[in-house]
Amino acid sequence: MAEVWEASKMIELTIDGKKVTAKEGDTILKVARENNIYIPALCYLEGVSSFGGCRVCLVEIKGSPRVFASCVTPVAEGMEIITNSERLKRYRKWAVELLLSERPHVCSVCVANGSCELQQLATDLGVDHLRVEREWTNYELDLTHERFAYDPNRCILCTRCIRICDEIEGVHTIDLMLRGKNSKVIFDLNDKWGFAESCTSCGKCSAVCPVGALYVKGKPHSESKRKELASFVTSRRSEKTIG
Amino acid sequence: MPDAGAQQAGLKADRRLMLLEAAIRKYQYRKDALLEVLHTAQELYGYLDRDLLIHISKLLRLPPSHVYGVATFYNLFKLKKPGTHVVTVCMGTACYVKGAEDLVLAVEREFNVKRGGTTADGKLSLFVTRCIGACAMAPNAIVDGETIGKATPEVVLKKIRAIMEAEKD
Repeated sequence: MAEVWEASKMIELTIDGKKVTAKEGDTILKVARENNIYIPALCYLEGVSSFGGCRVCLVEIKGSPRVFASCVTPVAEGMEIITNSERLKRYRKWAVELLLSERPHVCSVCVANGSCELQQLATDLGVDHLRVEREWTNYELDLTHERFAYDPNRCILCTRCIRICDEIEGVHTIDLMLRGKNSKVIFDLNDKWGFAESCTSCGKCSAVCPVGALYVKGKPHSESKRKELASFVTSRRSEKTIG
Repeated sequence: MPDAGAQQAGLKADRRLMLLEAAIRKYQYRKDALLEVLHTAQELYGYLDRDLLIHISKLLRLPPSHVYGVATFYNLFKLKKPGTHVVTVCMGTACYVKGAEDLVLAVEREFNVKRGGTTADGKLSLFVTRCIGACAMAPNAIVDGETIGKATPEVVLKKIRAIMEAEKD
């Protein structure tokens, strides 16, 4: 771990016309948030690895026709980054609509109603209807754990719970089975949560779930969510940068 | 000697287990050899049941959920015991367009079996799979390892009936 102690090289770049300095090797998303520039993200979670799955944190870099997932793209000297253009807004809106269409996300009967990151993002982006047909999946609700509940029908497969269970708690009780839109978050060998032997019942997964898929029983969802995360998301939000 | 954990996992200490553990030793218990180990296990046992997956995850020191995730990601791995005879219908784009659905429906109706399932007597399993790479011969069906190209429901049903009859004698 010697490289941690070496002085990191500082580089300069431009985000939305604002000159910022950043440590070499940091991701665009991290640098932007450090400089109070809000880039929306769903699967990104501070403190665990990123995998660029939700495609909501897309940004444009001058000189490339592509868009980049800012949570996994490292900064470089002289980069000119645009975090909010019409094109990006369009892409983000599509990404959120596709997430919403994958499972029957019905806000009115969801525990996370009002504290849901997906709902908030959809509101910000002006998603008032879906341009694609919905999948009315009908997964069984798992209420076997004494403290937590799991509803696969609300899951957006962001894998935050999987990463935090593996990297922070270190037990890796949770993983994904199958693939594509049939993927499902499972505990141990597709066991019911209450019978998953390796689970330590630490509750980190339910604290980081952006939607109402994993939640604490008998407690308002807004209370069981990680507080600093919620405040971080809301404090960086501004009318100017989004929607 | 089979690993002591095998008894706990409810596996019989037989030749198959010995071969599986020998293979795992050959890969030096490396975590990234999981796919190869699963392949070996499926070859030996025909399918991957719960006890087997638990045993593999213990030997390779991998989380059970990870092993299960990998085993379900790939179509080739079977988690349920397949029937004595296996019919696999290719549902890749070319085969689908050429009428693979009709093949599946014909087998389903004739032998009263659902895709992905096995008949009540455990004689026949019906699976559908993604492209098998023989699109020129679409639609394709595989009956007990033998590929039938340009298949029609009649040919496939005839072939299955022939196998089932042959077994009776």
